This record gives sequence, C-alpha cells and structure tokens, in this order.
Amino acid sequence: MSGTARIERRRNVQLRLSVNGEDTEVSFAPYKTLLELLREDLGLTGTKHGCELGECGACAVLIDGEPQLSCLKLAIECEGRAVETIEGLARGNALHPLQAAFADHGGSQCGYCTPGVIMTAKALLEREPNPSRDRIREATAGNLCRCTGYQQIVDAIEHAASELRGEAK
Amino acid sequence: MSAPRKRLEVVGKSRRRVDGRAKVLGQLRFADDLQLPRMLHAKLLRSPQPHAVIESIDVQRARAHPGVHLVLTGKDFPVPFGIMPVSQDEYPLAPERVRYVGDPVAAVIARDEQTAGEALELIEVKYRALPTIATPEEALAHPETRIHDYGESGNIHRNQAYEFGDVDEALAHSDHVFDDVFFYEGNTHLPIEQQASLAAIDGEGKLLLSSSTQNPHYLHRQLARVLQMPASQIRVIACSNGGGFGGKCDPGGHEFVVCKAALLLGRPVKIGLTRQEVFYVHRGRHPVLMRLRTGVSQDGRLTAMHLQTLLDGGAYGSHGPAATFYSGVLTPVTYELPRFKFEACRVFTNKPACGPKRGHGTPQPRFGQEIQLDKIAEKLALDPAELRLGMVTRPGSLTASWLRVGTTGLAECIRKVVEMSGWKDKHRKLPAGRGVGIACSTYMCGAGVSIYWNKMPHSGVQLLVDRSGQVTVFCGSTEIGQGSDDVLAAIVAEVLGVDTGVVRCVTGDTAITPVDLGSYSSRVTIMMGNAAVQAAERMREQFAGAVAEQLGTTPERVVFSQGRVFAAEDPGRGMSFAEAVAITESKLGTLSAVGSYTPPKPPGKYKGGGVGPSPAYSFSACVVEVEVDEKTGWIHVPKIWIAHDIGRAINPVLARGQVIGSVYMGLGEALMEEQAFRRLPPKLSGALVHRIPSMLDYKSLTALDMPEVEVALIEDPDPNCPFGAKEVGQGPLLPVMPAVANAIYDAVGVRIDELPITPDKVLAALELKAAGKPPRIGPERFPEVPYPKPMFVLPPWEGGDGNESKMPRPLGVAAS
Repeated sequence: MSGTARIERRRNVQLRLSVNGEDTEVSFAPYKTLLELLREDLGLTGTKHGCELGECGACAVLIDGEPQLSCLKLAIECEGRAVETIEGLARGNALHPLQAAFADHGGSQCGYCTPGVIMTAKALLEREPNPSRDRIREATAGNLCRCTGYQQIVDAIEHAASELRGEAK
Repeated sequence: MSAPRKRLEVVGKSRRRVDGRAKVLGQLRFADDLQLPRMLHAKLLRSPQPHAVIESIDVQRARAHPGVHLVLTGKDFPVPFGIMPVSQDEYPLAPERVRYVGDPVAAVIARDEQTAGEALELIEVKYRALPTIATPEEALAHPETRIHDYGESGNIHRNQAYEFGDVDEALAHSDHVFDDVFFYEGNTHLPIEQQASLAAIDGEGKLLLSSSTQNPHYLHRQLARVLQMPASQIRVIACSNGGGFGGKCDPGGHEFVVCKAALLLGRPVKIGLTRQEVFYVHRGRHPVLMRLRTGVSQDGRLTAMHLQTLLDGGAYGSHGPAATFYSGVLTPVTYELPRFKFEACRVFTNKPACGPKRGHGTPQPRFGQEIQLDKIAEKLALDPAELRLGMVTRPGSLTASWLRVGTTGLAECIRKVVEMSGWKDKHRKLPAGRGVGIACSTYMCGAGVSIYWNKMPHSGVQLLVDRSGQVTVFCGSTEIGQGSDDVLAAIVAEVLGVDTGVVRCVTGDTAITPVDLGSYSSRVTIMMGNAAVQAAERMREQFAGAVAEQLGTTPERVVFSQGRVFAAEDPGRGMSFAEAVAITESKLGTLSAVGSYTPPKPPGKYKGGGVGPSPAYSFSACVVEVEVDEKTGWIHVPKIWIAHDIGRAINPVLARGQVIGSVYMGLGEALMEEQAFRRLPPKLSGALVHRIPSMLDYKSLTALDMPEVEVALIEDPDPNCPFGAKEVGQGPLLPVMPAVANAIYDAVGVRIDELPITPDKVLAALELKAAGKPPRIGPERFPEVPYPKPMFVLPPWEGGDGNESKMPRPLGVAAS
C-alpha cells in the first residue's frame, strides 16, 4: 500500500456515544480501540492497559452495563453505546462504596489493575448484590493483579457489597 | 532530645493509604498517562536474532516515511550503560552485536505510534548469525563463542568463592552429610504496567524524563553518563509504578532513546513498551542450578554447608554481580551454621538479561536448603518444625560469614505457623494425597552498601512546615505500589503528632527531593524511615523550643499529639499544631529540617564482605497445605499460613497486603511461572526464542487459583529500624516455594527438586515411585564449574577478626 493511501485511511471519523452519562462527540482515527479513544482522545487515562491483547483485564470498562475489555473493542463499534469508566464512578466528591472499600481494605496496592477490577466488580454487584467469596473470585478471574494476591480485593468487594445492600434498604 | 513518651497514634493503625484515593479514582498519573503538546512517539526495532553481528543497518526508507521525525541507531549512543559500575556492558541501541532476541537496534520517532510502527518495518538490518549459547552448561563448554569480551573468562561473567572455616574437615566429622542438587527455573516480574517514559525539554532547556522506574537516582546518573551531559541539567521524575518487583530497577534502553530524541528534536517524546517487549527487557529471576552438601549431627544440628551455585545470567550484566553474591550470602542467617563455603558463578547466555526480582538471588538457595532440611528431618526422624526451632540463630549473633543477626522473631514465626495451621495434627497424618510442608526464610532490610561506592547517605528527607500547618515531606524514594509514600507520611505524622492528612509527600524527583537510592533490596521503610524520623525529630525540637515558655514548661516536656501541642503536666493548656508552627516561624523564620541515614559498618572486613550485611533482617515461616491428584498430578492448594517477623507494622493493612502478595508471587513461582526458551529447529535458523512472551502463555495465578492466606505479623521492634519496623515486601515470598515442595512430599511421597512443580513432573515422579525407583524429579548432577580458589575467612568463634586469613590446613591435604 502506498504511503498516501495509508494517510487517507487514517482520516478521522466522528462518533457519538455516552461516556459516564454524558453525551460525547469525538473525532478520532478509525483504527483506534475504545481503550485508545478513551485514553488518547478523551483524556480518560483512568482506564489502563497491560497487554492490549485481552489477557490482563486492566482495561475493563462497562459498555451498556456489561464488563468488556476496551482493548479488544474498536471504538467505531461504540456508536450510541453507553460507556462507563472509573472516572464516572464517584458520587460527586465522595467515593463510590467500591472505591472506598478498595482504598480502605488493601484492594489497591500499585493501583494499576484497580480501575479494571472495580468496574468488573460493579457489574457483578449490580447483578448479584450478595455474592460469595468464591463467586467474587470467579467474576474477577479475568483481571490479573500482581500485587495483592487477590485476597484483599475479595475483602474489599465483600465490604462494598455489604455497604451497597445497606444503602438500598 | 527525647520527647515525652506517648502511645503511638498513627504507626501501627490500619489506615487508608495516603495515595489510596487517587488510585481508586483512576486519577493517579502513571508514566503512560502523561501527554504533552507536540508530543512525538517512539518505537524500537528489536533483533530477531539471538546472537549476531550487525553488518549493516539501512534506515533511509524509514527516515523518508511520512510522519517520521527521527531514526536513531547504535551510532547515536557511543557510551554504554549498566546499573553496576563493574558491568557497563549494554548500549541503548546495539551498535555492532545483538545478544538476545529482543535486543534493541534502532528507534523511530514519529507523529504517532502507528506511523512509528510502520517505519520500523522499513528499516533493513543485515545480520551475520553467530553460534548461540542456550544454557550455562553450553556457556562453560563453549568459551570460544564469547558473548562479551569482558568478565572472568570465556562466558563467565562473575566467579567467586568464599570459605568460612574448614568445611571439608567439618563435613568429614559429621554424623551425616546430605548432598543434593536443585534447579530453580527463571521467571519474570510481570508488572501489569508496561514500562513507559516521556522525555521533554523544559523552559530552561533542561532535560526532564518522567518514567516508570524504581530507581530514579541511579537512572539519573546513567543518563548523565550515556548522554554525556551534566547531571545538573537532567531531572528524573519516577512516576508511581504500576508494580515493579525489581523489573524497573535497571535503566532501560528506551529511556535513553526518548531522552536523546527529545534533545535532538526539542519536542516531547514518549514511548510505551508492548507486553512482548516487557518480556524481552526482563531482568527477572536468574535460573540457578545449585548443589548443597550439608553436614548434620545425629541430634539435628548443622555442622557445615558447602553451597555451589551456577547462575544463568542471560545476555547482559544487569545486577548480576549482586545476584551472584545473593545466591548464597544470606544462607547462614536463619540457622546456626558453624562453617560455610560458598562458590558462585554467573555466566552469559543468549537470552534476555536476568536481574533482580523480589528476593534477588536468595529464593533459589533457600528453596534448596529448606527442602534439604525436610529430607534431614525425615532421616533423623525429627519433626521438621522442631528441627528448625532447635537451630535458629540467636539475636545479636554473628554468622560464620560475619553477618550480624540483629533481632530475630524466627522461632516465634515457626511456633505461630505451627499453631495456626494445626501442623502437629496434619504433618505425616493427613490421608494419602493430602499433605503439609513447612519452610522458613530471612531477608535483609536494605543493602548495607550502595550500588556505586560512596560515603554519602543512602536516604535523605527534608521537611518544610509553615504557618498553614501543612507539612511537606521531600524524599527521593519511589512509590511502586508497596506504600512507601504512606510509610513516609505515617512516620512524620507520628513524630509531629499530626494526622497523615496534613502531610504532603513529594517523592521520586531528582530535581527537588533529597537523594534516596531507590525502591530495591527492601531498604525503603528502614532507610527512608530512619531519615524521616531524624528530620521530623529535628523539626519537633524547633517547635518545642519555641513554644515551651508559652506553655509554662521546658522543651523536653512539650507533647505533640493528635494535632495539638501541650505541656505533659497540663494537657489542657495547649495550642493547635498550626499555632505552634506560627509561633516557631515568628521566632526562627522559615522552617525546615533535614534527616539522613547511612547504614552501620558491617563487622566483616574481607573483600566482598559488603554484600549481605544489613541494618536488620526480617524472618518468615510458612506452612502450605496441598491436595495432589495422583491420577493427573494436579496440585490444589487449599490454604497457606504465614508468620512474618516485621518488627512493627507501620500500617497493618498494607503490611498484610505485602505478605499476601508475596505469598501469591511465591506460589506462582512454585507452581507455574517460568521464563522459558526453546531452540528453533535448524531449518528455522536454530535461533533461541522466547517460548512465551505473552500473558496467556506465561501462566500466573488468577483470583480463582489463589488460596486464602492466614497471616500473622510478629512484632518485636528492632532498634535499628524506624519505630522498630523491618521489611515486608520481599521476605514473605521466600519460604513459599520450598513449603510447597515439602507439602507435596508429605502428600504423595515424591520429591520435586526443581521449580516450577508442574503436574507432569509430579506424575513422572509418581511413576518412578510405582516402579520402585527413587521418587524424585530434579537435576541429576552439578557440572564441573571452574570456581576460583576460595577466599578463606575464619568464623568469629574460631579466632577470626573478620579479615581474610590463612586456611589452617594447606590446600590439597585431605581433611582427617
């Protein structure tokens, strides 16, 4: 392929989607993944990358409420979809119960896998408000963490679940 | 001045770590999260050849590719680098020779990553392949295929031998001598954050590098060397690391490349390594083959040990000289060992360079020793826990090699895990297929000497306080996830009697923070912490002197507690911390205090005696339970118990996190993690390639695989450590691997003397057992290694003075 054709291919495209509840319109290079769109074009660097091959789970976000690996999703596929990232989780200046529990119970050490795990946990707790420790382990098995040994992540999700159930009453 | 004693208010309490909020909000900026206007992107071309001469590199087409701003090759970097002064053997881009698949040879700087990647494909490199060295045995057998033209000889990078007391003589007089060979496969750190760096030229024309590095100070020095610029013109900021584990200790070729490019182009240049590249950069656990000959008396006391190690160093020096020492020097710290001989050899091979990974060189011999002790206990019909309890080193004692054991909680650790795990009801008593194993370990709290020789402090801390009541702490220490910022804030807050919320940490910035050597060797809590205590105490003295009169007391009687400052005799009469600062600022002017820390001089004075000494040692004991399926060899670990002698936990929730995280990483090394290579068939070039440069193939434990860990923190404050706190980041990894191996023996009666312990090895051993053969899988022999004549040093109890001395028995005369 000639160099000119390559540049042509790289002409930006337009996309409209909802990001953390806000209607967003963005112009971006069509080859980009949702991960790249979020980090590079929308400045939402809270979503991390650890492999860009769908192996580590660091880039997990919610698309229409479902946990998805944003590194495997072409941004162009997200027209009209609702994307939630770690930046949209706090309630005003107050941490979401999952965020507070991760901070207080050692669920976050280096913090790099944290956004992906928290988003995965959010989807779990929305579906299953009272999961067992085994169920939490199963639901987060796609999120690799090299710091915690997972135990304090499970502790944090348990605490958050209990907090969220309390609020619902 | 000693302040009135008060109960600890911050230290020892579980708190949200100071950087916790930013992390859970996704607000913390890691290196790859940084973007600057006009930023360009770099990518590296890496060698597909494991060993070759670069005959030519043609970059014309790449240079002409639209969007490309610069192409760099080895010619642009005439000066080599290397973290250790004795091994400056690596170039940012290889100039003439490549030594492993993944060695960088060229760099493209372009308007975006996509364009840079396209241009890489347009670079034409002609290689002339050279024979490759795959293993240490090949390295020793083929000195003519020389990977480097420096080192001891042939492919031997480092070769050393020490003998502390006449070991052969002691072995000859022992009731039993155990002779075992073990192999520990290499593995890698696998931090979830891939290395990233952003270089820019600031408004004053100075170079600024923001990078995922554990050691900004050493990187700063290396940048000055390689770029041939004054260090004063370079600023390195260590961004919070998304996991380090030792993998971000070495300077990386990519860091020099973006700096050089920014200097040439006058624009910011960023690079983010791919996961595959992170596997190539490596610097992980050395594969080590080792032989342990250990003498034992009938009543279960060690008489002597002869330890030999052979390290597969990979293609470059990295931290290899230190790793070579660490493959033996901490061995005598756990148990009383009257005599010790240690021979170690590190060789070059055509694979990614090995370096420091959590435990740095010490997990390998510990693995061998702790399995051998299990064998010894069985032979002597002793309980393995009792055997160990009977020979732990005593507090304050010296080892045969002249290391000073400070405080030790090892006996307490053993008793605690035995109790927690129900050891006495389980060991040799569980049904077939289930078993428990025990193992112990120690780790240093910071290396006693710097990586480069100097007499300056290892850590410096500066405090600024002003009338707002805020306390700003500056230190060159590096937050890699372990919680060093939190330790810093907690220590300062404790001394000044304030909440950590009023302390602001500024760390890891060579332009504005005092030097701290970096996040390695478990040195930060102890060294940064001691410097922080000194700085904060000096600050407190200024306050106390200034406010004592107003409080109607003497400076020694001024108490700092819970954000208030008051007289010990009348707590009701006092003032807020901010008021005390304002009074002091009125009297003394602008307020600041500094503290620094240098480790004590080691007792061993022989050459090489500087590696191993530490201000303190942590100790751990671990019990692992396993269930082994005899049909499939599958190993299930239902539970792990660990006790760690931490001296004192600064923030227990973080300390427990370090222990569990260490156990996790150790269990992964025990069961599955391996950085393995294979040789392609001759028709496919015969090249040595990485078997598994991806996270799918490099197996690590997931949340589903990881058992629950029960942790006991043994707290016996160490006087050399800040508030008594020892290390916790590395030590608890060490006992896990041998405890797993010992548990498997207890479960199914087979010895797996090499890591990782995979189901196929267990099955093979079970087949041997069924066939009536010795049920063991592991290396059969230790090769002939041309170790040098050992340096002989008499142990303290044999009249030595810590210097080299003459061997009492001439060499060559057999021990009687």
